[in-house]
Amino acid sequence: MKSKRPVPEHQVLLQGFLEGSVLGLARAISVVENERDGFQDLLHTVMTSGPQTKRVGFTGPPGAGKSSIVAAVATAYRGLEEHLGIVAVDPTSPYSGGALLGDRIRMNDIATDPGIFIRSMATRGSLGGLATSTKEVVDLMDSFGFDRVLVETVGVGQTELEVTAAADTVVVVLVPESGDAIQAMKAGLMEVADIFVVNKADRPGAPRLVKELRQALHLRAGRELRDIPAHHGVDLGKAMKRERMSDASEQEVEGWAVPVLTTNALTGEGVDKLLETIEAHRRWLVESGELGELRRARSGIRIRDVVDREMRRIAWNSERVNGLLTQGVEEISSGRGTPYSAADNILRALLQDRA
Amino acid sequence: MGDERKIRILVAKPGLDGHDRGAKVIASAFRDAGFEVVYTGLHQTPEMIVSAAIQEDVDVVAMSVLSGAHMTLFPRVKALLDELGADHILLTGGGIIPEDDVAELELEGIGRLFGPGTSTSDAIAYVKEWFSTTDEA
Ligand SMILES: Nc1nc2c(ncn2[C@@H]2O[C@H](COP(=O)(O)OP(=O)(O)O)[C@@H](O)[C@H]2O)c(=O)[nH]1
Ligand SMILES: [Mg+2]
Repeated sequence: MKSKRPVPEHQVLLQGFLEGSVLGLARAISVVENERDGFQDLLHTVMTSGPQTKRVGFTGPPGAGKSSIVAAVATAYRGLEEHLGIVAVDPTSPYSGGALLGDRIRMNDIATDPGIFIRSMATRGSLGGLATSTKEVVDLMDSFGFDRVLVETVGVGQTELEVTAAADTVVVVLVPESGDAIQAMKAGLMEVADIFVVNKADRPGAPRLVKELRQALHLRAGRELRDIPAHHGVDLGKAMKRERMSDASEQEVEGWAVPVLTTNALTGEGVDKLLETIEAHRRWLVESGELGELRRARSGIRIRDVVDREMRRIAWNSERVNGLLTQGVEEISSGRGTPYSAADNILRALLQDRA
Repeated sequence: MGDERKIRILVAKPGLDGHDRGAKVIASAFRDAGFEVVYTGLHQTPEMIVSAAIQEDVDVVAMSVLSGAHMTLFPRVKALLDELGADHILLTGGGIIPEDDVAELELEGIGRLFGPGTSTSDAIAYVKEWFSTTDEA
């Protein structure tokens, strides 16, 4: 991370990237995703003008229709002549380390549209690497100049909450089969959603889920008003929607009331309304000043992510640290140390090295 | 970074024939062998295949061709890849392809093609071997 200039082998792809070549973007994403030497310098070089693009995230359980909705929404945006980047994340198999990336199956109608770039990513599991590199890929797409970037999350577990920190507007897609509103609450989706979509509106149970969600949101809205924090500043916690909302309610502009929409991704029913609602949320973000806050909070998270990753890299690539690790293990087994004394030695050594 | 880079492969099913069982078996086998497999479903045109291959920055495209159209499909995809600056991608595949045709396609720069009887592990071994001799980024 010293040079801040792209390493020579990245010059060609960087030039392609800056000239708007799809091949250049595709290669740049791989360099970043694989953390090849010099990937930070590459990002540093292209991320010069700050966030420009509109970022919309789609999350929800597997099979809810996220990919189908992304395809339908993308088609509609193309009708408005927007250029789009799409990132779709699927899980890495913990057994083989491989992954089956199948989101493009639902996106065949837009597959050869030159105004759309679709990239599938595997979670690649460990050490929170997912969130960091997904966010970096979205940053690359932002720098490449897309009007809008759509991010589809895996839809399982903790990761999706993290990935939503990459989006300005988070659309949570549910279906009647995925369970009731209580389950959505337990999964933390109330905090994450800017817009709820009940997809597969053609299936029985959709109207009931809509009603339950509206009730649950109504309850939350009541509670929020009693929770207004006494003061606020630039606070990393603001990336969490709950705090952002209560914060906004202090200001002139009214808070955002999370709407519940219905769609049928196969027929396109409800997609126009979804687009309108995404636009309405955008207007609210801008008018309330939330967009600035959100981007600052996101920058804070990105800085922390990069520092965390660099610290890990520096630590575990250092011979001295690995020596101290071995020494620590010996000390613990002979009763002369604890994980804390060993860690303390390691941290001291690291700080001395860097000073 | 210690661990090896993941190999990315696009498993593509061109043509009009209506089932993709074979392609799915191949896709799962590569996944289980640790590959990142992009699968795009049925009825892929050469343009769709090449566009996906480039955007996904795959190392390999594996096409399953059972329709008998291999003598047009493989050269067409290869030509498009070359034309768009993606000649670093290995084009391989399988299907019901006579020996003579396999030889002719190989002369045109297409990788090994696997017949109906071959096991997926042969294809996996072949791709791994190819990758180990060419990896640059
Ligand atoms: N009946 C019905 N099926 C849908 C709808 N949207 C998606 N599907 C189907 O649901 C399945 C899963 O969709 P997909 O978009 O892959 O879901 P994802 O896993 O959330 O990305 C596919 O078979 C779709 O064709 C819908 O609105 N109605
Ligand atoms: Mg999907």
